[in-house]
Amino acid sequence: MTARPLFPIALAVSLGAALLFLTLPLLAIFLESSPAELLASLDEPGALDALGLSLKTTGVALGVIVVLGTPAAWLLATRRFRGHALAVTLVELPLVVPPAVAGIGLLAAVGPQGLLGPALEEAGLELVFQTTGVVVALIFVASPFYVRQAQATFAALDPEMLAASRTLGASEARTFARVAVPNALPGLVAGGALAWGRALGEFGATLVFAGSLSGVTQTAPLAIYERFSSDFTAALALSAVLVAASGAILLGVKLAMGPGALGRADARG
Amino acid sequence: MRRALVAAALAALVAGCGDDERPGDRPRLTVSAATSLTTAFESYGPRFAPATVRFNFAGSDELAAQIRQGVKPDLYAAANTKLPDQLFEERLVEKPVRFAGNRLVIAVPADSPKVAGIADLARDGMRLAIGAEGVPVGDYAREVVGRLPPAEARAVLANVRSEEPNVGGVVGKLTQGAADGGFLYVTDVKAASGQVRAIELPDRLQPSVEFGVAVVKGAKQERAARDFIDGLLDGAGREAMRNAGFEPPPGG
Repeated sequence: MTARPLFPIALAVSLGAALLFLTLPLLAIFLESSPAELLASLDEPGALDALGLSLKTTGVALGVIVVLGTPAAWLLATRRFRGHALAVTLVELPLVVPPAVAGIGLLAAVGPQGLLGPALEEAGLELVFQTTGVVVALIFVASPFYVRQAQATFAALDPEMLAASRTLGASEARTFARVAVPNALPGLVAGGALAWGRALGEFGATLVFAGSLSGVTQTAPLAIYERFSSDFTAALALSAVLVAASGAILLGVKLAMGPGALGRADARG
Repeated sequence: MRRALVAAALAALVAGCGDDERPGDRPRLTVSAATSLTTAFESYGPRFAPATVRFNFAGSDELAAQIRQGVKPDLYAAANTKLPDQLFEERLVEKPVRFAGNRLVIAVPADSPKVAGIADLARDGMRLAIGAEGVPVGDYAREVVGRLPPAEARAVLANVRSEEPNVGGVVGKLTQGAADGGFLYVTDVKAASGQVRAIELPDRLQPSVEFGVAVVKGAKQERAARDFIDGLLDGAGREAMRNAGFEPPPGG
């Protein structure tokens, strides 16, 4: 008898607890230090280098992910082929692999002594300790976020609309580029934002695979980790920038795509 | 009934979270220790009778930062004396004790012929991985490089491709052949089971490497923490340290 009124209360309590738990650590970053202190700590070349490097590497990684991931997601969403389920699972695997394992895997695959190491060396392509290596690590950990979202968005497009395009004589490529992608855009942007957010926060794979050197491989999360032991205020300041940037990405996408963009897309995924 | 179930579940959850020992249990000693102490301490831990020991291994500077942020292990063991001394001045730990000495060496991948001595580290195109600044193994490495002629020192530092947060990072970069060389403690090389080779530094470059340990102020297991230090100075701990290749503290 009491079960019915209890349920909504339980829901509200659990949402309240979740909100408190999820926001408190992020709020604390801003409350632990005064804004003036935070700004002053940002005014050192190392901090700006790290933020700049993060912007650059995540930007390039996102570009590669979108260019390669969109057609791949289209194929996964529109065709059923032998091994389809396996392909989907393989694409999603990096989502659940610990970042340090991703770094070790990359070393074993494309590191100097890895499977493809000698071939890469012959081609003059060096990844470890290089900015390119950071980008490779970011692509590995972040691309599933985009491909998954893009696949779900493509799969949810109205099949009749796509059929109409084909009936009217548009080729498969034209249907993809002119009908599917524009109509899937909100979901694609949302997927891109999730992938970017993941890339921006990447730490373990980058440290293990690419190393940490200011201006070359030390992205903002690595710089935060280094400052944690030497200068806690500086670590807070960089953290505040990352929180603000990530929040801005999320908010920007929601505003640009209408209030439902991320929610709707998530519900499909 | 349903409420009783929820209450029981919550109670179980809370009980599971707490780590207060029940009567009759051995006390649990929490030790924050430098990564380079991993082998020695993991061999000492099970032989330490007064308590069950849990280790938290990381870079000494990272562990010190945790203590500054209010994390309270019972014991803090660092790869230098500077960090424990700083924490002592900040009244966060009790008076530190020097308990071991070590030697810094040039470390190279076991099968790599590229490096025969310190001069090779200055060669063009050499890829070095060293500890970050503030990490003891990184500070000792910079001390060594600082004793070289200025031009050679600059060349060595220009070859640094990665500044790692602890000795484990340096070892990993060497075993993977990502780095051609770096600086480690001779004990790290020994612990890397043949994958890394040590090249001794000339005496004039060798820094004085001392490890310090201190009981953390407000430690729950103060008694056991002191016993642990006693064992390090004269007992099973000292034996474990010696087996891992550590030396007695210089001058003590």
